[in-house]
Amino acid sequence: MRPPTRDRIIETRALTKRFTSSKGLFGRSVSVSAVNDVSLDIRRGETFSIVGESGCGKSTLARLLVRLLPASEGAVLYEGNDISSLSEPEMRRLRKDLQFVFQDPFSSLNPRMTVGALIEEPMKVHTSLSRKERRLKVADLLTKVGLRAAFANRYPHEFSGGQRQRIGIARALASGPKVIVGDEPVSALDVSVQAQVINLLEDLKAEFDLTLVLIAHDLAVIRHMSDRIAVMYLGEIVELAPNDPLYDKPLHPYTQALMRAIPIASPHGRSMDVSLTGDVPSPLAPPSGCRFHPRCPHATSLCGTEKPALAEAADARMVACHHWEKIAENSQGSVREPPRSENAEKRFALFRERSQRQEPVTAATETQIKLSERSHNNA
Amino acid sequence: MSALTSAEPAEETVRPENRAWKKLKTNRSAQFGLVIVAFFIIIALAAPILPIDDPLATSWSAVRKAPSAAHWLGTDEIGRDILSRMIWGAQASLLAGVVSVFIAVLVGVPFGLISGYFGGWTDQAISRVTDALLATPFLILAIALAAFLGPSLTNAMIAIGLSAVPIFVRLTRGQVLAVKTEDFVEGARAVGLTHTAIMGRYILPNVLAPILVQATLTVATAIIAEASLSFLGLGQQAPAPSWGSMLNVAKNFMTQAPWMAWWPGAAIFLVVLGFNLLGDGLRDALDPRET
Repeated sequence: MRPPTRDRIIETRALTKRFTSSKGLFGRSVSVSAVNDVSLDIRRGETFSIVGESGCGKSTLARLLVRLLPASEGAVLYEGNDISSLSEPEMRRLRKDLQFVFQDPFSSLNPRMTVGALIEEPMKVHTSLSRKERRLKVADLLTKVGLRAAFANRYPHEFSGGQRQRIGIARALASGPKVIVGDEPVSALDVSVQAQVINLLEDLKAEFDLTLVLIAHDLAVIRHMSDRIAVMYLGEIVELAPNDPLYDKPLHPYTQALMRAIPIASPHGRSMDVSLTGDVPSPLAPPSGCRFHPRCPHATSLCGTEKPALAEAADARMVACHHWEKIAENSQGSVREPPRSENAEKRFALFRERSQRQEPVTAATETQIKLSERSHNNA
Repeated sequence: MSALTSAEPAEETVRPENRAWKKLKTNRSAQFGLVIVAFFIIIALAAPILPIDDPLATSWSAVRKAPSAAHWLGTDEIGRDILSRMIWGAQASLLAGVVSVFIAVLVGVPFGLISGYFGGWTDQAISRVTDALLATPFLILAIALAAFLGPSLTNAMIAIGLSAVPIFVRLTRGQVLAVKTEDFVEGARAVGLTHTAIMGRYILPNVLAPILVQATLTVATAIIAEASLSFLGLGQQAPAPSWGSMLNVAKNFMTQAPWMAWWPGAAIFLVVLGFNLLGDGLRDALDPRET
């Protein structure tokens, strides 16, 4: 069932997280399962993305993976060991390997600590480096994430969102982790800065031999860097597939709907397909059977009564749908970009030629980037 | 990149502590506060060596005299020199104000931190006790504690301090609840810090501002409370002076000898103002976001 050749670094087994809220002393307590029966494995060295719309439980899942939240049921295995059974001190030691990057760069850095102190802290906790060595490493990390070493003496509020996220990444790297879980690490940033931060993450992943787990709601953002993608709907994984097959031929009707929702920068690619109707049902009372069936255009009576398991489909893909084979036969879900026009092709060729000359970035453009980031900070 | 860095001036490498001190030094109102507080502290410390009358010496020939060359601030109802009583009283009053607030902060803030941070059962226990203490009026609680501990200035300070503890527990707890939800606290856990480190380095610095302000305001309350305790014989023991007890006596002679109330009243006002300005300045200086 699983490829034995590659090592699995994180596995989850029937992972469930329920949040219970009780209304007063005598009120009925209500429980929401934000993550429901999720089993997946993340391979060493890959970039694993989890996508889904707001409220589908993807951030909760991310926190469960590094035990920032305790699981209600099921287990998370890190290198084969169940981390939910670890004692608090053991878990703290393990955090050397498992680091987290937050969504909001404005609230995820302690405003009272300098950037240097923030990045130094994981080293203090997890390594036996001397003060001087730590300082050197802080400077090194700052340069690696594209900031100046002298920034170590400044405070987080002096930086733009993109710069702060870089600081957050440097801090996550400081302990020398094996896995970095990013909870929508770029979704709070400007689109232009998003690309920079994503490229940075990719570079660092190669340099530090990382395994990346990225949470996202933007399919376009993760397409370029993921190896495998899990699609979540209402706390469950509905499809799990390698990057390209998922985009080329989504199997689950929900994934198909998500793919159709990606805007395509070409008039030829526009389709008249009807997008999803209705809202995400309340997780307080999830639908019976397949959780997607009230919104699914292909739903049958079976879907309302029986829950489809996440099962092996074609080549290393998994899908949780009773009817995926039938749907696949007349699938229109592909989002392959339509062919470019002749002129567009010429322009792209020119661009490639220019970028192949590898012109060094001039000081002028650097300043421009800086200025734009600063103005973003002031805004 | 290199062209850019060389063109820029070298980054100043100011340690955060120096930065705070620098900011405090450039803050006008904080300086003013510091001067007032320092002035009273110096006077209180210098009382034994200043060329002033014995604060306890009575004189039947100089009862309730208005300020004059002989008695700069006048005399009280049994002819004691108000200036020397003010100076000697500064010791008792400043001690009562500062030490009791110190006690209150030292006890109240950790309880508030623990209560807000851990929540659940611990929080319930601490909060219910705090509520019970807050239900008792501040002064009544102080009187009860002082009576229990025995009449002396030290015990009065302890009693006032303990009575002010619930104010700080509740204030700190509320602030912690707000700060606890910030991402950076979760980030601290993700790094692998212990609860103690998170409370000390992440939560406390971020809840300090309102605590500082509350502390400076409570100094005033404590000075007045010491006066009330003195009046009941539970604070500074007569005939030794404190501003509060002087004010207490003076209220009986408001029409005949108003100056008896002016000086201690003005002194309390000034000290409180000084502490308040200083506290404001400290709060701003310690916040890196303020420039």
